[in-house]
Amino acid sequence: MAPLFRMLVAQTLGELRVRWRTPAFSLTNLALPVLFFTFFGLPVAGNTMRNGVSVGAYLLASFAAYAVGSVMVYGFGIGVATERGMKVDLLMRATPLPPAIAILAKVLNALAFSLLSVVVLIVYGIIVGGVRQDLTVWIDIVVRLLAGSLPFVALGFAIGYSSGPTVAPALANLIFLPLSFASGLFMPLDRLPGFVQRIAPYLPTYHYAQLAWSAVGVPSEPLFTSLAWLTGYTALFMAVTIRAYRREQTLKFA
Amino acid sequence: MNAHTSPVVELIAASKRYGQVEALRGVSLAIQPGEIVAMLGPNGAGKTTSISLMLGLRQPTGGHVRLFGLPPTDRRARSRAGVMLQESGTTGVLTVREIVALFGAYYPSPLPTDQAVAMAGLADKADARIGTLSGGQRQRLYFALAICGNPEILFLDEPTVGMDIEARRAFVASIQALAAAGKTVVFTTHYLREAEELARRIVVVDHGLVIADATPRELMSKVAAKRVSFEVARPLAADIFLGLAHAALDLSDHRVRFLTNEPETVLRALFERGVEMRDLEVAGADLEEAFLGLTRRPERA
Repeated sequence: MAPLFRMLVAQTLGELRVRWRTPAFSLTNLALPVLFFTFFGLPVAGNTMRNGVSVGAYLLASFAAYAVGSVMVYGFGIGVATERGMKVDLLMRATPLPPAIAILAKVLNALAFSLLSVVVLIVYGIIVGGVRQDLTVWIDIVVRLLAGSLPFVALGFAIGYSSGPTVAPALANLIFLPLSFASGLFMPLDRLPGFVQRIAPYLPTYHYAQLAWSAVGVPSEPLFTSLAWLTGYTALFMAVTIRAYRREQTLKFA
Repeated sequence: MNAHTSPVVELIAASKRYGQVEALRGVSLAIQPGEIVAMLGPNGAGKTTSISLMLGLRQPTGGHVRLFGLPPTDRRARSRAGVMLQESGTTGVLTVREIVALFGAYYPSPLPTDQAVAMAGLADKADARIGTLSGGQRQRLYFALAICGNPEILFLDEPTVGMDIEARRAFVASIQALAAAGKTVVFTTHYLREAEELARRIVVVDHGLVIADATPRELMSKVAAKRVSFEVARPLAADIFLGLAHAALDLSDHRVRFLTNEPETVLRALFERGVEMRDLEVAGADLEEAFLGLTRRPERA
């Protein structure tokens, strides 16, 4: 049998090539956070919040959370749905490649893309937006966001396994964009309508953004609380994924 | 066939039911190393289901399946098999060489990438993206993916569908080369001619049962391979054919038509029985026609 590590490396590189050459994915995920930061962040980047935190840093942290979350949700959601639609999974299933290696390669690939997306955004914020933070703060943001991205990996898989290639993009947008808006990723929560402010503390994106906000010094909920919420949402989305996955396996491979 | 070698792939009273549909109804089949086997049958006969069971893509409802003596889902078994499926796809943005190299990495001792690409007749398309390939070229790509792991057995489900003449010729040559190298090949087709040309053993499947398992020569002798037709002054009664080897008899007008594999014997008997015929034609039956005569026989378990 071929060594698993060799398979994993080859599969990850293959996935990276596919993603990189799919502009709908690569361009969207690299450009959109930068674009959003340009519209929502640049005009106010020089301001300081009441708590003394730079608005630029706050919004950069917010859009970094948006960037990683969207790579996960769109990457897995649309990617998995498309591959299922093209019956790529059928051929892969007949090869000796273990499904776990294929999934792990997708996760590694998504982490790499998230990293790239966040680094591009932060460098843009520093150079164009003039946002200043210690290097350790930036690193802290990146590490926290990548490490806490699991619920969005699970959400992406849930979308990818429960919808077809034509529905998945719409579903991903309809779920992830409102979540991001309502959690204060595009503009601070206190500018949003009252009912949204009351809903926000129950959303996964809200608790995810806390990880990044606390890194730039915004008063946030305890890390434990964020992690508890994120773990709960991971479990929920995984349950949806496993249900949809099992149904499909029965249909295709029973 | 050496009885002491263990089969490469084995169906043991395998059956498969999809809801109410019985796709396979207790098929037993053992394929020995080095055999080139055609699974022949009309659409819906159970060919693809048989292949899916042999690959572990589907689980049998009854009976057992073994690939190299292991369950077909076992990675050790999979690592020795190459597959070309009827309905499967790949993402279009990789090049031919990239995806062949990628699939090669799944196997313990793959062929050199360029060799696999060349064997599939895609050397001049090695750097083309999959999305730019024609239907026939894409089919060749799937063949390259099937052989890139240097497998001992190849499963090819309807491999020539969508191939142009040139691709088909290259494909036939590749199969013959693989056969010469001692590989085992199992392919499905609904063309008797294709089965006859490539296989050394033809397994005819119909309605989920194996209805014939023979060499092409044996099979051809079983099927009614000649089409006979002639004009008569008055329509004949069917009983004049009593005891004569014939099939698909058509007496509806002044032109009598039937299939047989013993045209000389049948015609001599008809002359002796006083049939006066004009404009006699004896032609090699359309192979499809002959094959249909076989599969339309009453079911037997």
